[in-house]
Amino acid sequence: MKHQGFQAWIGLALVGAVTVPRTMAASLYNLPRGVTPISHEIYGLNMMAFWIMCGIAAVVFGAITWSIIFHRRSRHPKPAGFHESTVLEVVWTVIPFVILIAMAVPAARVLLRAENVHHSEMTVEVTGYQWLWRYTYPRWHINIYSRLANSSLRIAPLNSGLSPYSVPHYLHSVTHPLVLPVGEKVRLLITSKDVIHSWWVPDLGVQMDANPGLVNSIWVRIEKPGIYRGQCNQICGWGHAYMPIVVVAKPKAQFQAWVREWQERHRVDADDASPPSPQGS
Amino acid sequence: MTESVALPAEPHHAARRGLMRWITTTNHKDIGTLYLIFSLIMFFVGGAMAMVIRAELYQPGLQFVTPAFYNQMVTLHGLIMIFGAVMPAFVGLANWMIPLMIGAPDMALPRLNNWSFWILPFAFTLLLLTLFLPGGAAEGGWTLYVPYSLELGYSFPFMIFAIHLMGISSVLGGINVIVTILNMRAPGMTLMKMPLFVWAWLITAYLLVAVMPVLAGGVTMQLLDHYFGTHFFSVAGGGTPLLWEHVFWFFGHPEVYIMILPAFGIISEIVPTFSRKPLFGRTSMIYALASIAFLSFIVWGHHMFTSGMPVSADLFFMFSTMLIAVPTGVKIFNWVATMWRGAITFETPMLFAVAFIILFTIGGFSGVMLALVPADFQYHNSYFVVAHFHYVLVTGAVFAIMAAVYYWLPKWTGHMYNEFWGKVHFWLSVISVNVLYFPMHFLGLAGMPRRVPDYAVQFTNLNMISSIGGFVFGASQLIFVAIIFATVYGGRRAEARAWEGAHGLEWTVPSPAPYHTFATPPEVAG
Repeated sequence: MKHQGFQAWIGLALVGAVTVPRTMAASLYNLPRGVTPISHEIYGLNMMAFWIMCGIAAVVFGAITWSIIFHRRSRHPKPAGFHESTVLEVVWTVIPFVILIAMAVPAARVLLRAENVHHSEMTVEVTGYQWLWRYTYPRWHINIYSRLANSSLRIAPLNSGLSPYSVPHYLHSVTHPLVLPVGEKVRLLITSKDVIHSWWVPDLGVQMDANPGLVNSIWVRIEKPGIYRGQCNQICGWGHAYMPIVVVAKPKAQFQAWVREWQERHRVDADDASPPSPQGS
Repeated sequence: MTESVALPAEPHHAARRGLMRWITTTNHKDIGTLYLIFSLIMFFVGGAMAMVIRAELYQPGLQFVTPAFYNQMVTLHGLIMIFGAVMPAFVGLANWMIPLMIGAPDMALPRLNNWSFWILPFAFTLLLLTLFLPGGAAEGGWTLYVPYSLELGYSFPFMIFAIHLMGISSVLGGINVIVTILNMRAPGMTLMKMPLFVWAWLITAYLLVAVMPVLAGGVTMQLLDHYFGTHFFSVAGGGTPLLWEHVFWFFGHPEVYIMILPAFGIISEIVPTFSRKPLFGRTSMIYALASIAFLSFIVWGHHMFTSGMPVSADLFFMFSTMLIAVPTGVKIFNWVATMWRGAITFETPMLFAVAFIILFTIGGFSGVMLALVPADFQYHNSYFVVAHFHYVLVTGAVFAIMAAVYYWLPKWTGHMYNEFWGKVHFWLSVISVNVLYFPMHFLGLAGMPRRVPDYAVQFTNLNMISSIGGFVFGASQLIFVAIIFATVYGGRRAEARAWEGAHGLEWTVPSPAPYHTFATPPEVAG
């Protein structure tokens, strides 16, 4: 443990100086690049803002440090008398304004893309409950209840005596994950049956509140097969920490196989012949 | 009042002694002291809750408290620190210093002043007692989002009543400040000549009077929904839970500036004193305060970027929020320009003020990042946000309060504090507070949500570091209390002008300031 703590310190020291290599699974110190076009763009915005802030910090903190070192009374006993400069004041009003516009424009562009749910190829309804998620695929009448996996559930209670390290993905594993196809634009319709929840999967660049009685929509187009984890991000009761989200992205063929298998297992009338994606566009 | 002008420097009635003095007092200095002591106690109550939180988060799994109790700690920590600690501290400073700084004999409405203070202990006793009701205290966080907050048991009406009391106290305090500043200034003290602390408080007081009633209205709507069958916040009856979010944040964002504008005022007093140079860009500092206050009313939606607002609203709130960086930047640059080519010394108030400038700016940086809506889809409600608002409120507001206490303690007590221990307190605080809050940025970016008692194991190391910082920061504040006690009861005698670079009317009266000051208005040089 001590060793890991030391590593964390080194990490703290290096962050900002070192960019996380692309191959690394997930950074402990930065946003994930993620696996959707929007998550990449968000990562880009994040890094742009971070470096601009570093630049401003260098100037402002540099000036403060300079003053602290060279304008202390022991080195600079006679204070200057100036206390006004219209030119300077205009300069440091206009320059930040320009920098802010430079950040706001790309952010607005990404926002418009992130919120454009048109032309989606399939729809999944996401419903929050205290404390689980329900995923419904209207086209195939698939209905999934996704709860905290039993492996974590055994460990979570106070004084359970079990170590969170003894299971993989403590608090980030579920009974039944949300399964999505890779490469398709999937529209998520998010709502809640009780209090406000929030559906947040960092790798997908998605966080959207689930409001009771209202439906929010957002979209994802996952680029890479894999397992992506997140959790509820709006305090919703004592079980708030115990409603994780797991998304399994499968290539299209495997996804279709999964749909068929689910339907067979649950003896639901297959409805594959219905017109494609009436919910889309 | 007229008699007292005829008898300068003589108390017009004998002050009561013992407990009754404090209960019946209408003296602005006594009431200021009461506010400050109350605030200090609440810092420790709210701080103890933070220690519970940090202890539970020290490692994954639950070790000490149940999730429900954890949520109660989170909620009460927020309510107590905001309404019980930071706001009363600033009101206490206002009570003590505004009359001294504008050359007034007292606050304009002394009896109201007494009442606005004495409401507070009852409000917070009530709030804390909800912990012992069946079902415990409020759990939904200080934002009290519906419908979760309507699920509460017995504590719900008591909490609402406590919030009403806090609101009444704040509004009355705000009115008193406005009336005092507008009517009681010494001859020659024009508005533009007022000290920056007074300016900051004038603007803050307007914010208080404008938004506390909004909160009162909002919580009353919750009360009606809960007990009287209305449907303000339930879709089933034609309302919407988003209405609460809008009402709450229409109050909540100006509230944030209520907690930082007086801090700006304090820093604008301290930096010139220890730089031995006049404040740079005084006029633009005042305009910056006013524009920040105005903008605070049109940015509330940035707390709701993930709530599903229309894109047009997201865009509006993103742009208006980013605009705040401009006047805030002006303030930072002007403080730096004030230090530039000064003859700076680093007594404890100045140390806290410089730390304020740097660390508040870091909070501002994360604030600008949070304003970028798509990026906020990742940052929102994560520990990145927790880091952001603790940088602006702890290393911002609280550091400014500590700077103010060290700065004016000689005026209040007539003694200098012990500089060595002041510096020990500063260095322990400034290091531990960064160990406490800086890792939270990384936790948030890596995906840890706020308001959870337990977390996935990859977050362990940073949480441990943060908790250790928290324990040290909490313990360091005991030094602060010890210094205050030691200064009240002893220490080197302070001169009237305790700091050689200090200007302003408060330094023209003896230290400690007599019970009654400026019975005859001072002359303010034109």
